[in-house]
Amino acid sequence: MAMQFYTSPEQIMRDRSEYARKNISRGRNTVVLSYVGGVIFVAENISSTLHKISELYDRIGFAAVGRYNEFENLRTAGVRMADTRGFAYDRRDVKAKPLAQAYAQTLGAIFTEQTKPFEVEICVAGVAERPEDDELYRCTYDGSINDEPGYLVMGGQADRLSTVLKDGHHFDASLAEAFQLALKALNSIGGDNGKQRSLGPELLEVAVLDREREGRVFRRISGAALEALLPEPEAADEPADDSDDAEESATED
Amino acid sequence: MSGETGFPGRIPAAYFSTETSSFTDLLGRVAPELLPGRQPLPPGDMGDAVPHGTTIVALRCNQGVVMAGDRRATQGNMISNREIRKVHAADSHSLIGIAGTAGIGMEMIRLFQAELEHFEKLEGISLSLHGKANKLANMIRGNLGIAMQGLAVVPLFCGFDVDAADPASAGRIFSYDMAGSLQEESHYDAIGSGSIFAKSALKKRFQSPVDADEAVRLAVSALYDAADEDSATGGPDLSRKLYPVVMTSTAEGTLRVPDAEVGEISRQVVEARMENPGG
Repeated sequence: MAMQFYTSPEQIMRDRSEYARKNISRGRNTVVLSYVGGVIFVAENISSTLHKISELYDRIGFAAVGRYNEFENLRTAGVRMADTRGFAYDRRDVKAKPLAQAYAQTLGAIFTEQTKPFEVEICVAGVAERPEDDELYRCTYDGSINDEPGYLVMGGQADRLSTVLKDGHHFDASLAEAFQLALKALNSIGGDNGKQRSLGPELLEVAVLDREREGRVFRRISGAALEALLPEPEAADEPADDSDDAEESATED
Repeated sequence: MSGETGFPGRIPAAYFSTETSSFTDLLGRVAPELLPGRQPLPPGDMGDAVPHGTTIVALRCNQGVVMAGDRRATQGNMISNREIRKVHAADSHSLIGIAGTAGIGMEMIRLFQAELEHFEKLEGISLSLHGKANKLANMIRGNLGIAMQGLAVVPLFCGFDVDAADPASAGRIFSYDMAGSLQEESHYDAIGSGSIFAKSALKKRFQSPVDADEAVRLAVSALYDAADEDSATGGPDLSRKLYPVVMTSTAEGTLRVPDAEVGEISRQVVEARMENPGG
């Protein structure tokens, strides 16, 4: 006969947290940072079609790590919400903060109500007129929301990447400087024996919210434009480490 | 709008539905009151009770397409607005202009723009140009009921087909009737009360192929001819510096031809008519 054992709420929440945190920390990182010309998103992504970075609205971008089907679901819901609000009122009335809050509430509700929490971490970024006023919100699996001006890292070993960004980040950086800083942070982990690796353009997904433009300012940087941003290759570098490729594909389970 | 779209609280379940990438369908579910033309009207003809917009012309050129519209809206025999803008970019590579009931037409343009952008963001890729044209036909059909009561809207849609093999013939023009029937035009088309005159003018002057600059000139002079014969179409207003809205759609995207440039062309057209009023 099946027996129902008592489990304390504390235990349940701890288990869920641990489950989500463990799976998120296996994910490849995404870095978001403000620079003089806008906000740049740089993600390590083995797929060129399943995006981790996308457009939500005119001046608002979305980035995520974790399980693809879950954050894709959140992304499309955000687009629907933003488009409906922009249509009902005005394009200017769609802001980053309410979207981030709605995500946080949704993730929080899923965390408490459902057996399995979402294994995702997402960032809602809004570009402002000055880099200091850019909004970078981090929403985590349990419904927490944080405003992290300047720069933000998501995914496994985020702490180590943050150290690199903390030392190198400044609001006056150009696009190339900001990109190279983000790349340096991504390269700082996963190399053999703790050495730097060098991620090639085929493993990078890059996009910006362009501060100077009008209307929809989200644009992807790929192909030749991305190659141009990459630093000159240093001689005798070993190829990028890819031993854990299958880790975060769309079919991950 | 319904309380569902209020931002505090979690994202409503309707937004998580993955059935469709259509914004119109989404609005129908979450905020149907925002859809244009859905309100039932009392019986009778409302045609004279609201402002109407008139003539739009579109031409194919070597680089893509050119669309131009006059600036007048009329209500019965009165001019209700002399600077209305009836030609807009639908998205990065297509243009839409409307003739007919101004209020419903403007709302339809806004909905169509939102529809294209929504699809593009959700799917990560734009609809094909023909897909966009068909979607618009669908929206016109939805308006048929109130169109029969005098609130008709007829759009003209054109764009640069990014999937076309040859960029020199990538311009496409789609015309519609009130019931939503869709027709692709090979050279040029016009809609609105002045369209007969604009088309007659183009019939004599348009010789394919033309380049974009020449197409802009042809469009402005066709609108002049429409305004010459049709009281609901406004000519270039040199004293108030109000000129037709002219837009192009090419491989580089959509662009509004600057007012200074259209003004200069308008002046030249008017100048030429001083000598020869019939053009």
